[in-house]
Amino acid sequence: MKPETLTTQERIMLELRELYLGYGYRPYKVGKFEEYDLYMRNKKFLASEQVLTFSDTNGKLKALKPDVTLSIVKNAKDDGRTQKLCYTETVYRVPRNAYGFREIMQTGLECIGRVDDYAAGEVLMLAARSLGRISERYVLDVSDVGVLSGVLAEEPIGDAECVKLLSLVGEKNLHGLAVACAELGVSERTAKRLSELVLACGPLKGTLSRVESLDLPETSREALAGLRRMSDMLLSYGIENVNLDFSVVNDMDYYNGLVFRGFVEGIPSGILAGGRYDNLLLRMGKHSEAIGFAVYLDQLERLTAAKPAYETEALVIYDDATNPLEIVRATETLRARGVSFRVQREEEPCPRCREIVRLTKEINV
Amino acid sequence: MKRMINVALPKGRLGEKAYALFARAGYDCPELLEENRKLTFENEAAGVRYFWVKPSDVAIYVERGAADIGVAGKDILLEYAPDVYELLDLSIGKCRMCVAGPRDFADPHTGILRVATKFPAIARRHYAVQSREIDMIRLNGSIELAPILGLSDVIVDIVETGKTLAENGLSILEEIDPISARLIANKANYKFKGEEIEILRQSLEQAVRA
Repeated sequence: MKPETLTTQERIMLELRELYLGYGYRPYKVGKFEEYDLYMRNKKFLASEQVLTFSDTNGKLKALKPDVTLSIVKNAKDDGRTQKLCYTETVYRVPRNAYGFREIMQTGLECIGRVDDYAAGEVLMLAARSLGRISERYVLDVSDVGVLSGVLAEEPIGDAECVKLLSLVGEKNLHGLAVACAELGVSERTAKRLSELVLACGPLKGTLSRVESLDLPETSREALAGLRRMSDMLLSYGIENVNLDFSVVNDMDYYNGLVFRGFVEGIPSGILAGGRYDNLLLRMGKHSEAIGFAVYLDQLERLTAAKPAYETEALVIYDDATNPLEIVRATETLRARGVSFRVQREEEPCPRCREIVRLTKEINV
Repeated sequence: MKRMINVALPKGRLGEKAYALFARAGYDCPELLEENRKLTFENEAAGVRYFWVKPSDVAIYVERGAADIGVAGKDILLEYAPDVYELLDLSIGKCRMCVAGPRDFADPHTGILRVATKFPAIARRHYAVQSREIDMIRLNGSIELAPILGLSDVIVDIVETGKTLAENGLSILEEIDPISARLIANKANYKFKGEEIEILRQSLEQAVRA
């Protein structure tokens, strides 16, 4: 197959599928529609709360899937066995600050069952390698929500206040954090720890060593130890371009432990997002552990592949006087040479092409 | 090779003040203030490329990555909630987002409160927290006129000195948030130009403190 046969999106989709299958992730297909109730109950898990709904023939309110993970988790068996699944699906949602629903192609994988260090490290490695397949210039930001939640747990503040502080950490908003901590009566020690964690951002291994030397509570240290084990594994896989960045904050109602987000140069927003989401399973009454990520393929259109010099390699031109059999002979010759061609009438506008085969009364060029 | 940082500045007085800070921080580009038809301005040695955009568009340019960083009022950030990093409070363009109304106004909580504003998201959030049902009246300017003519009960708007309010028999009823200009950055571009942006942020921080 010629490289130009596939769009960047299609090529990456196939490469990622090959990557996931190579590590034993089983392809999984979910239906296009899902009961709306599933999303109502887990609104905050969704990237956007708006869901495209319709009434099914039995009157039940259905939705065009805005997310794949919820459907996979809903159907996951809770029998202690580990399932490794990968998917490529179309989802329907309103991107942030956009004005309407969009059809978004996403691919990803989920590991549900027992998620030990190896399984988590494997998923993290696959996230990094997914980004690597898209572009050499990538960054995978990694964090563990346990580090920040450990710090916040020492303060007598409610969930809403925690969400506010985490959102400021997510913005790397040091000035806002200082004001909010003062307003909420958060201790100076916690305020200092939070700003130190915001500032601690950089290559995973080195930054982790710096963070380990900070004054942090025991629960945060446990999370850091987990990140250290991930760092060692990624090093063994020979993976670089992984940063520690505590501004990766996902909703703690659903996520616990490792969270990560991937970027490639040239695409202005995150292209990969994932993490450990045991809490989501718990909310669904399941006791398995889970980790996974999604890659948003729609954004790959922004990575402009080199524009082909020609719309078609050869242009076969004919008119009323040309015998169709003559056209067949000419095109079969081109096909045998492996040349792509387009056949059109003489009066039609001429696309960019490398050679012209003229079957009109004039002499061939 | 030094990577250029694309900077979106808000047209107008706030942008000029912001540029003065950038210049003091070592990122000057004198032609920026000249009368000309150029749209982008570069100081290659300092590694910056500036462009002027409408103040309310700065966040869009940055969120969508056309600018790596930009200067936007906190009012715009609160209203549009763009997915960007907010790296520094530039402490310029200081004002307050307020609820204002007739001096003697007291919300009777008996009916729907009519609120005129240029900032519907901020107003909606403010009253949603109080579970107060409101009739949002979206205006584009001369907000103070609304309560005077009985178009609304109150307004949600930015107040700098309060002089315009006072001259029209209005006063501040509630303060919602302090506002000032902020340095914002595109999250993805920050991953690839992080070093340059961080050096610029630190220089700007020193210029702000000075």
